Amino acid sequence: MPVVLATDLIIYALFGMVVWFILSVRRGATIPVRIWSHIKTRKGVVVCLLVLSLYALVALADSIRWRDPILKEDGTIATTPEGETIYSPHALSLLDRVLTPLRERTEKTFSAPLATHLYVKETLELPDGTRVRDYPPLKYPGTHLLGTDKVGNDVLYLAIKGIRTGVIIGTGTTLLIIPFALLFGVLAGYFGGIIDDIIQYIYTTLSSIPAVLLIVAFMLIFGTEGYQGGLVTDEYLLWGFFVPTDRLFWLCVIMGITSWTDLCRLIRGETLKLREMDYVLSARALGVGSLRIIGRHIVPNVMHIVLITFVLQFSGLVLAEAILSYLGIGVGPEMGSWGNMINTARLELSREPVVWWNLFGAFIFMFGLVLPANIVGDAVRDALDPRLKVHGRI
Amino acid sequence: MDRVLEVKDLRVCFDTPHGVAKAVDGVSFHIERGEIFALVGESGCGKTLTALSVIQLLPEGARVGSGSIVLSGRDILKLDEYEKRTLRGDRVSMVFQEPMTSLNPVFTIGEQIVETILAHRDVSKKDAKDMAVELLRKVRLPRPEALFDEYPHRLSGGMRQRVMIAIAIALKPDLLIADEPTTALDVTVQEEILRLLGELKEEFNTSVLLITHNLALVYRNAQRVAVMYGGNIVESAPSKELFKNPMHPYTWQLLRAVPDIKRRGRRLTSIPGVVPPAYMFPEGCRFSGRCPREMKGCNTIKPELKEIERGHILSCHLYNDEFLKDKELSTPIVAQKPEEERPATEGRTEGAPILEVKGLKCYYPVRKGVFKRVVGYVKAVDGIELTIKEGSTVALVGESGCGKTTAGKAIIRLLEPTDGKIMFMGKDITHLPERELKPLRRKMQIVFQDPYSSLNPRLTAHQIVEEGLSALMPEIDAKERLEKIKRVFRLVGLTEDMLGRYPHEFSGGQRQRLSIARALVVEPRFIVCDEATSALDVSVQAQILNLLKSIQKEFSIALLFITHDLGVVEYMADEVAVMKDGRIVEYGTVEELLTNPQHPYTKTLLSCVPKIDVDVAGEG
Repeated sequence: MPVVLATDLIIYALFGMVVWFILSVRRGATIPVRIWSHIKTRKGVVVCLLVLSLYALVALADSIRWRDPILKEDGTIATTPEGETIYSPHALSLLDRVLTPLRERTEKTFSAPLATHLYVKETLELPDGTRVRDYPPLKYPGTHLLGTDKVGNDVLYLAIKGIRTGVIIGTGTTLLIIPFALLFGVLAGYFGGIIDDIIQYIYTTLSSIPAVLLIVAFMLIFGTEGYQGGLVTDEYLLWGFFVPTDRLFWLCVIMGITSWTDLCRLIRGETLKLREMDYVLSARALGVGSLRIIGRHIVPNVMHIVLITFVLQFSGLVLAEAILSYLGIGVGPEMGSWGNMINTARLELSREPVVWWNLFGAFIFMFGLVLPANIVGDAVRDALDPRLKVHGRI
Repeated sequence: MDRVLEVKDLRVCFDTPHGVAKAVDGVSFHIERGEIFALVGESGCGKTLTALSVIQLLPEGARVGSGSIVLSGRDILKLDEYEKRTLRGDRVSMVFQEPMTSLNPVFTIGEQIVETILAHRDVSKKDAKDMAVELLRKVRLPRPEALFDEYPHRLSGGMRQRVMIAIAIALKPDLLIADEPTTALDVTVQEEILRLLGELKEEFNTSVLLITHNLALVYRNAQRVAVMYGGNIVESAPSKELFKNPMHPYTWQLLRAVPDIKRRGRRLTSIPGVVPPAYMFPEGCRFSGRCPREMKGCNTIKPELKEIERGHILSCHLYNDEFLKDKELSTPIVAQKPEEERPATEGRTEGAPILEVKGLKCYYPVRKGVFKRVVGYVKAVDGIELTIKEGSTVALVGESGCGKTTAGKAIIRLLEPTDGKIMFMGKDITHLPERELKPLRRKMQIVFQDPYSSLNPRLTAHQIVEEGLSALMPEIDAKERLEKIKRVFRLVGLTEDMLGRYPHEFSGGQRQRLSIARALVVEPRFIVCDEATSALDVSVQAQILNLLKSIQKEFSIALLFITHDLGVVEYMADEVAVMKDGRIVEYGTVEELLTNPQHPYTKTLLSCVPKIDVDVAGEG
């Protein structure tokens, strides 16, 4: 029985766009081809793109999940008296199933990366009956690449589970921000007057309220009800498979609402400048309509700002999720996220001896997403700028 | 007389993806104490790089390959960075082209002058201040004590350039480099600045290296001139001698490309093609390929720089007897068909008016305070009257800020006029809503000054020209559109293979052709040319002016030529309107107005236009 979360739709949309991009390149559409031919000549960017694809695939695998039917003791499928199959409330994703060994190899508590013994001493009973305090051996020695956390879960597994959350927070929010900011920014800048006044009023009001306050209020109103990871019970389900009140989804929405103003302001300013450019004037002299001027002369020329903001915000948002989880209004504790890992690491770093691998795992995985995203973002921006085309014709 | 600067065999090169670009390739010259020496040439000829290597401020990527630069007896290429720094400002200083950006807006004028003095002289702050005030007086600025505490934005462009000069001469340098010091200024101010440079030169015994593309300024102000082309000095002579007896074909062409009244009714001599990029210079004479007198050996054998007459140095095979004796080498080749001097349009002053402007006003409210109360108006255009007849050219002349551009834009309704009446092709378009105006948009077009900001960098040439067609003639299909675009491309002298290029792949002149193509493709009856040639080099300006003339003749298009260059007016216009402070102060035919100006402002304007009095049409 499949289970689809609201946030899964973001991942599906992301993949839809990737497929559309690949198809456009094959079809020979101008801009996608230009981007691709720019990227493929740069080895570093290709490597970054591969890393990003890996992240995206993991996120996709983690977004395809289904519930297994509950088996009776005799091995047959359990049913209700009406004959409907009963499904387990555990909605395991494709990723969970692939990573079953990682998921199930839990220890008792902390263990260092690739250790053979636990990280804390316990009173052990030796075969001869004497008791000593020593580090007990692990159940699965040497298999935990990034060690285990306080309750013995494999940190590598947790970090991999955080990928989906990170990708969703980053892309979902920016995908929400960009249309808003672009639309309002361009309208305000191009038309000016009363439209500009209204839009400016909205975004100055929004940005004068501390973002954290807004997010807290919003999350307390909408976010508490939602699915927070863990068991999928009937109360969350719509039509038997859809979970519309996903807490992560609300997080994307509210972060989008609070952070479109910066980009909007930038775009408005740039549009004000572009509006006075001679080529816009001559388009007007040629009787070109306002919408067409915006589409051909304004929007393509502010896209570089959008791209730069996209890659900068992306990392900012992944970090913001960590802060919000720390405040207790981020992703639910049962949904793996780097924010949660960093949050727990706070206490682990202050104990003696220090447990560093939780933070390290989150850091490595975040770094692996944010750095390639920045590099690829820059490459795409360069590709879109015809002026930067080297080896141009003379 | 001693030599302040001696440059020998200077080479400056860049690495480009296409190979090493020798932007300056073996330049030698010297400057005597107390003389103004001018380096003249079009953009890309290496004149600015030459100057920047003298002050050792080359842009990143550029390096001096070889040669020596001896300044006040020291070879500055052998100095270390610290010694160079003590030299800059002290022994050599520089004035840049753009006075608006060369002063720091957050410091007062005084602080900026004092900074220079204190950097090099061990004097007290008070003494430095006294010196600064004295300098402001020296550059003929009014009320120097009060100006000392002013911020740059309160000063006009001409005044700022004077401040820049004050900073440059603060330490009485041996050499002052002035890189296009007057290009950004109005004509009336240009002459003053150059006169000031001349006077200061006398007073401080400073030499000046003047870099400019404006030949007339050179003629009036410099003692010696070197003409640069393609990283070489092609000709160098005392300025009177050079203008009287130019010997290098490039110099001829350059001088004859300058528009003025004597060339009315004739085509201007334009140099075909463009300056090639520095990594594609021909092996022999750099001018080969564009030279009207090119011979077979020119593009393989490099001419030597030789002194032909006293002080007149030249590098051209035409004056090399040995070269001329060799029949194999000296066979003339006609690289390009020499342009016949066919008459361009005859002036037209009769005919039905296509445009009538009556009492046009453009006011901008000045708002103040919390409630944005209107406290006054900026009267950009304050009641102008104009009549333009079909197929004729009217020039609107004036200095920056006089409202001529605003007027031009308001006439074709790119700006909302405040008051007045605009009749276009018999229809009142003053307040016509955009929808009803659309059919008339086809008939009136505009070409802008800056060929860089007037083309969207993200559209191809084809898309740029097509835009107007699809907006104004939606009835024609894609195939016919392409036909039209190709036709207009040929008309303005671009080739079909350029259709897919982006604006940055074109040169300045080509971009301007593209702008004209965009306007022309919708078959207008009237074009506003807003300083359409001001940003271009002389030879390219000549190409564009010729193009506009021939188009005007062929399609009988009326032109409103907005410009500050009276040379262009003399050459192009049938009627002239002189504008000042939003009003037209004088209006008449070119002949009347130029020979017998009535208004005092017109007289000043005319007296300030630098002119080359000698006739240079003789050779070739």
